[in-house]
Amino acid sequence: MKRHLISAADLSRGDAVLILDTAEELASLADRPIKKLPTLRGRTVVNLFYEDSTRTRISFEAAAKRLSADVINFSAKGSSVAKGESLKDTALTLEAMGADAVIIRHGASGAAHRLAGWVQGSVLNAGDGTHEHPTQALLDAFTIRRRLMASRGGLGGIRVSSPRVSTVGAGGARGAGLDGLRVTIVGDVLHSRVARSNVLLLSTLGAEVTLAAPPTLLPLAVGSWPCAVSYDLDSELPKSDVVMMLRVQQERMTAAYFPSVREYSRRYGLDAARMARLPGHAIVMHPGPMNRGVEIAAEVADSVRSTIVEQVANGVTTRMAVLYLLLGGTEFPATGVAQ
Amino acid sequence: MTDHDSWLIRGVTIPGHSEQPTSILLGGGAVTAIGPALDHPSAKTLDADGLIALPGLVDLHTHLREPGREDAETVETGTAAAALGGYTAVHAMANTDPVADTAGVVEQVWRLGRTAGHCDVQPVGAVTIGLNGARLAELGTMADSAARVRVFSDDGRCVSDPLLMRRALEYVKAFDGVIAQHAQDPRLTEGAQLNEGEMSARLGLAGWPAVAEEAVIARDCLLAAHVGSALHVCHVSTAGSAEIIRWAKSKGWPVTAEVTPHHLLLTDELAAGYDPVFKVNPPLRTEADVAELRRALADGTIDCVATDHAPHPVEAKESEWAEAAFGMTGLETALRVVQRAMVETGLLDWAGVADRMSVRPARIGRLTGHGHPLTQGAPGHLTLYDPAAPAEAVTSAGASKSRNTPFAGMELPGRVVATFLRGVPAVLDGKLA
Amino acid sequence: MCAASNPVAGRDGLAVLDPEEIRRALTRIAHEILERTHGGDGVILLGIPTRGVPLARRLAARIGEFEGLDVPCGSLDVTMHRDDLRLHPARALGRTELPPGGVDGKTVVLVDDVLFSGRTVRAALDALNDLGRPRAVQLAVLVDRGHRELPIRADYVGKNLPTSQREVVHVLLTEVDAEDSVMISGEGGKP
Repeated sequence: MKRHLISAADLSRGDAVLILDTAEELASLADRPIKKLPTLRGRTVVNLFYEDSTRTRISFEAAAKRLSADVINFSAKGSSVAKGESLKDTALTLEAMGADAVIIRHGASGAAHRLAGWVQGSVLNAGDGTHEHPTQALLDAFTIRRRLMASRGGLGGIRVSSPRVSTVGAGGARGAGLDGLRVTIVGDVLHSRVARSNVLLLSTLGAEVTLAAPPTLLPLAVGSWPCAVSYDLDSELPKSDVVMMLRVQQERMTAAYFPSVREYSRRYGLDAARMARLPGHAIVMHPGPMNRGVEIAAEVADSVRSTIVEQVANGVTTRMAVLYLLLGGTEFPATGVAQ
Repeated sequence: MTDHDSWLIRGVTIPGHSEQPTSILLGGGAVTAIGPALDHPSAKTLDADGLIALPGLVDLHTHLREPGREDAETVETGTAAAALGGYTAVHAMANTDPVADTAGVVEQVWRLGRTAGHCDVQPVGAVTIGLNGARLAELGTMADSAARVRVFSDDGRCVSDPLLMRRALEYVKAFDGVIAQHAQDPRLTEGAQLNEGEMSARLGLAGWPAVAEEAVIARDCLLAAHVGSALHVCHVSTAGSAEIIRWAKSKGWPVTAEVTPHHLLLTDELAAGYDPVFKVNPPLRTEADVAELRRALADGTIDCVATDHAPHPVEAKESEWAEAAFGMTGLETALRVVQRAMVETGLLDWAGVADRMSVRPARIGRLTGHGHPLTQGAPGHLTLYDPAAPAEAVTSAGASKSRNTPFAGMELPGRVVATFLRGVPAVLDGKLA
Repeated sequence: MCAASNPVAGRDGLAVLDPEEIRRALTRIAHEILERTHGGDGVILLGIPTRGVPLARRLAARIGEFEGLDVPCGSLDVTMHRDDLRLHPARALGRTELPPGGVDGKTVVLVDDVLFSGRTVRAALDALNDLGRPRAVQLAVLVDRGHRELPIRADYVGKNLPTSQREVVHVLLTEVDAEDSVMISGEGGKP
């Protein structure tokens, strides 16, 4: 029984497609006059954020509120947490408050795992150290599917026979994974929880993932991951349907991961010239926040290929889907063998 | 507790001595006789049918935490745990608070051990003042003190400055000392949490590369050879380290080495749930490393098993992995783990266990009173063990003050039945006497 | 309990409506809708997934044949508004697709295959409430099997089918199940 979402590896293909399909249905909520569903009324969702991340926290908060859940925000600054209260004690406090779900963002890998051992409710990992960020991968997969798989149609559902039936929104590709799509993830993979979750989830959904980075920013054991590796970004661009840029922190320079920001940008930055070498349909993604001019040029970030803005909206939708499936019933539904 | 009580241990098997059960008579602090049909008018008898007798175990590497961290362990509780594990002597590492870098502190620890009386405590002296790796501690004064320190170690930290390591190795030649190195290149392991490999990559934990240990060992073996002084390598954890030590020994260089019970049995896969009970320095490694370490212990490349018993209070092990302390307890489970890892696998027989857990560690530690094979006239330190006891799950409750055992819930064979210190029982029927 | 004209013990049950009877029932309902809505003025049909949707389309097609009128047709998924969510694992969502004009000021005819406790329809009314303000809401069902638990009634009924609580009514439609049939079998409880 799936009670938590801590790693993208927790999701089978069936699970992942169900989440994407559910998000597809919930996407139309944003166009309605009343952007609310009663489904999680009476449930309490706690945002336990040890790291400053207004963007992600607001996304989860919006998702929970649109499902009518009560949201409690518990951020590290200025709370007993900042004064050194242990994670365990915080967990026990939340238990006493009757949290149905705790969404945790923490600087230590494994924090979500540990929390899950101390609370009765569901734990959603909103990013733990350099381990994983599964809802980011889900919203990335959702974005990719909407942009690149919609034309391929969907499975299941009722066949549309009457022209009078309108479709709200682009319709997505219900039932579909990401089979055959080639995704290149570029940047500091070693320290990236977004990269780890995406490699797992995208390959589960049938995409072919390639990591492009200098050797110092790839884990030594990356050969055991379900993806290819390249040190040469330029050779990957013409073959990529999706290019996902990861943020590169300047502090990595002092630890000798690369000699200078300039050299990093020259060899692995996505500038306009590189963007022009992408296939016509290819999209550019970034989990944010961006270092404009380092890993991604401003004109690339602002181009029509860029999904950066819609990733934000898709984040709320995807997180609504996850919250609904985890908390809406007695448990996350069994999805059986991969479709 | 009187020294002149005699004990007659009947029906016991002494590995390496004979396959047939025999009897051992203890009196006046020594083994007075060994033979099949012994008798004694006033001796207390112990029926040891089915048990084996090993010379009292000697641990070259224990953390008793006193002075300074009495919340985790004291000399009293740590030596009680040691006796229950079959140990008659333990070497208490110097990373206490204050650090054992003066005669004053080592003598304090030595006296605490004598007062507690569960086993002998041999203090280890720090190599450098405060373990800071900058200036040599007063090694000679510690050697001359009542504690008679011979083993010096900055364990917990590495003596990484090659010049300082050279000097330390040279200096202790004057009093037959040995430098026990905790091999960990500090620059290669900054912030490291778990063995660098598939698990660390998957779990997003900073990797601890094997080379950080191996490079220091290689350097130290060369230094020891160059100055002709004794090097002991603490807690060897990688296959590569074992191979380097094998090479050094093949050259006849004065290098000895130890391995912990947990490195003979456990791998980094256990970190999957981020439970910090599996967090240790050096980290748990891979199956391949475990296999090579077992081979090396079997062929004597690694001389002995040393527990690196590292107790920690509950809150130090109950947090996120990165926040948690490094270390595992091990005194009470060591012999059982060695039975599982080495005897049950056919790699070592019980005579070999006696050698690796008593004879050799005593020799390396220059502990003249311990590690004598059981013969007439030997000191009365012995351990009675039941290898056929039904496998039982390890509980975290024990004599140690701390609960951080990685073997909790694991079924391990065997049982320490009795431990005799100078002919007097410290443990009888598996309980403190 | 009404016997079918040719009772067939197929699947696990007894057939109570055959394809011909279903066809006639839908034709009648289509006429009734036209009668009661002054020729279908301002009417939209919203089928409740799963099988309410093809039924809605069939009704829209018939109305189109009879009157030459294009009745807007769509689907309204009620999963998120159900009152029994906490009793089962979370359910997959069905599709909600509203015709371009929306529901404001319209006469919405909800279409479903079976009317039983009435809870599904209550959920549909709640879902509809969040989408807009219809002028009126009516209900068309293929089968009314009784045992209402809420004050809900259908405006248009294909067949009244008295059943016991424990019986299960199966509606099969070609678009979903490759055949048209309504059957009753012996075991099971409320949907």
